Amino acid sequence: MKGSLLDNKDFLSGLHFLFFGGIGWWMARDYPFGSALRMGPGYFPTVLSVIMLIAGVWFVIKGIRAHDPVGGNWSLRALIVLPISTILFGWLMEESGFVAAMVALCFVSAASGRGFKWLEVTLLTIGLTVTCAAGFIYGLGLPYPMIKGVWGY
Amino acid sequence: MELFNNLIFGFSVALTWQNLWFCFIGCFLGTLIGVLPGIGPLATIAMLLPITFNLPPVAALIMLAGIYYGAQYGGSTTAILVNLPGETSAVVTCIDGYQMARQGRAGPALAIAAVGSFFAGTVCTLIIALFGPPLAELALKFGAPEYFSLMLMGLVAAAVLAQGDMIKSLTMVAMGLLLGIVGTDVNSGMARYSFGIAELTDGIGFIVIAVGVFAIGEIIGNLGQPDESTVFTAEIKGLMPTINDLKISAAPIMRGTLIGAFFGVLPGTGPAIASFSSYMVEKKLAKDPSRFGKGAIEGVAGPESANNADAQCKFIPMLTLGIPASAVMALMLGALTIQGIAPGPQVMTQKPDLFWGLVASMWIGNLMLVILNLPMVGMWVQLLKVPYRLLFPAIMAFSCIGIYSVNNSSMELYLTALFGVIGFFWMKTDCPPAPMLLGFVLGPLMEENLRRALLISRGDPSVFVTRPISLGFVIATVLIIIVMGLPAIRAKRSAITDVAS
Repeated sequence: MKGSLLDNKDFLSGLHFLFFGGIGWWMARDYPFGSALRMGPGYFPTVLSVIMLIAGVWFVIKGIRAHDPVGGNWSLRALIVLPISTILFGWLMEESGFVAAMVALCFVSAASGRGFKWLEVTLLTIGLTVTCAAGFIYGLGLPYPMIKGVWGY
Repeated sequence: MELFNNLIFGFSVALTWQNLWFCFIGCFLGTLIGVLPGIGPLATIAMLLPITFNLPPVAALIMLAGIYYGAQYGGSTTAILVNLPGETSAVVTCIDGYQMARQGRAGPALAIAAVGSFFAGTVCTLIIALFGPPLAELALKFGAPEYFSLMLMGLVAAAVLAQGDMIKSLTMVAMGLLLGIVGTDVNSGMARYSFGIAELTDGIGFIVIAVGVFAIGEIIGNLGQPDESTVFTAEIKGLMPTINDLKISAAPIMRGTLIGAFFGVLPGTGPAIASFSSYMVEKKLAKDPSRFGKGAIEGVAGPESANNADAQCKFIPMLTLGIPASAVMALMLGALTIQGIAPGPQVMTQKPDLFWGLVASMWIGNLMLVILNLPMVGMWVQLLKVPYRLLFPAIMAFSCIGIYSVNNSSMELYLTALFGVIGFFWMKTDCPPAPMLLGFVLGPLMEENLRRALLISRGDPSVFVTRPISLGFVIATVLIIIVMGLPAIRAKRSAITDVAS
């Protein structure tokens, strides 16, 4: 029995090669191609994009002909929540300072796994925030305010 | 003797208090993450790269190298004691090491692993010292065509010799090269693939990709797997191997070292292949092969020496030619670049303290590891009790602060999140990220050398096959592809990599 194409290693990787190769090729059209003697900035990217497009087609066909299923699960929870914790950290570093960024990062990233315990995560957050503040800000002297924005001054 | 003068100079660099301290930190961290199954040397080195920015180059490289070979040591400890390979290279050690532990001979197994690794480390330090300078001298004569062909060979070999689908690996190299193009073109000043984002005109940060793919992507993958709790019961009594143990192990250690050194210089072959080959050789040479799998000490001595030799000899192409042979070496090159040192053969002449200091520190580090690992083995094993749910937020915190500290830019963190997702996708669809990273690191250099080569030859592409050294690299590249494409060899290779992984 053939499985779904969405659960097909080669098909999916082929699609994403097509995607990246496609973007690469499309954007490289705006860069002067030049000649072999004087290569323009478009030469190398175009060649690479075409290689990726060909490989993309190859893997899409390979995937349709033989089904090699993706093992395990997509760990959707972590896949969504963990990147959010990273983004939140970046955003809060600019908006609210180091402490808020660390608290958000610790709580949200901990929530991406199983077995979230409030007390444990709170203690972990305090521990990590203090350690990192001591190490990075006081130790290495990185110039980040602890609190800023609406809550600070 | 120039060799001895150089080594003495190296030790004078490595033995300063600062460098000794960073060597110790590296070995300590390496052992730590080697023991812990959820985190490997790649993620750790990626995570610590931004911090090395604040260190002198020698200290930074000494520390990162310590993490790398320290992880090989730590990985074998858990393989022997709890049948859990902390690192992939220790998979083979599980087979006989764990059996020895079950027979109450955990002590000798650990000791022989340490002795073997130390011996391999010593030999490889000498190999690097012997072969490094002539190689670099040769490479100094290279022009743009030679460099382009050499890089092509390195990338192709890395992709083709690595595990999995050959075409997929090669496409991932192209992916890496393409990602490396993002940013301002040096020749025309044109911003390529910047999507109108100001931060991207400087290119995608090396650290962003490394942390995204190797730390965050990896964590997402780990969180998707069911929890496994390890129960540790084995008791270690008596570390000393018997005289007989040492006698039996001497030859496997030497053979393992040679096998590891050979695979070490080849691009793309991980330490798992070296240790597996050594295991097969020992099994074939043994008078009574049936002992293997039931606690044969040769099955620990050989592979453990091989994986350490492999780890150290991987430094040869990186230090002398500026060509990384594995993803970890690509990270080391990245560390050099962050420090403003252009990797290549000129490193040895312009920064002799870096080269010789690093070489000497590897020997010192191996000595430290023996001391760190053997008497304190009980402490390391206790670490296995730390649950992953406490570990990964800490990894996230260090990674995020590190990335932010490079340019004080939130954009880098958004990109890291994106690469975390992409890295996880690659993991699920068997797209190997290591060739991508090599391509990413070498991409800009390759384009530059290709342009220069064609400019010199007035647009004639035959320049790559008319210059003898370049022709040699091109022939080697073609040979590698043909040989690895042969059905018989492909079948054999997948058999080896299947067992190894």
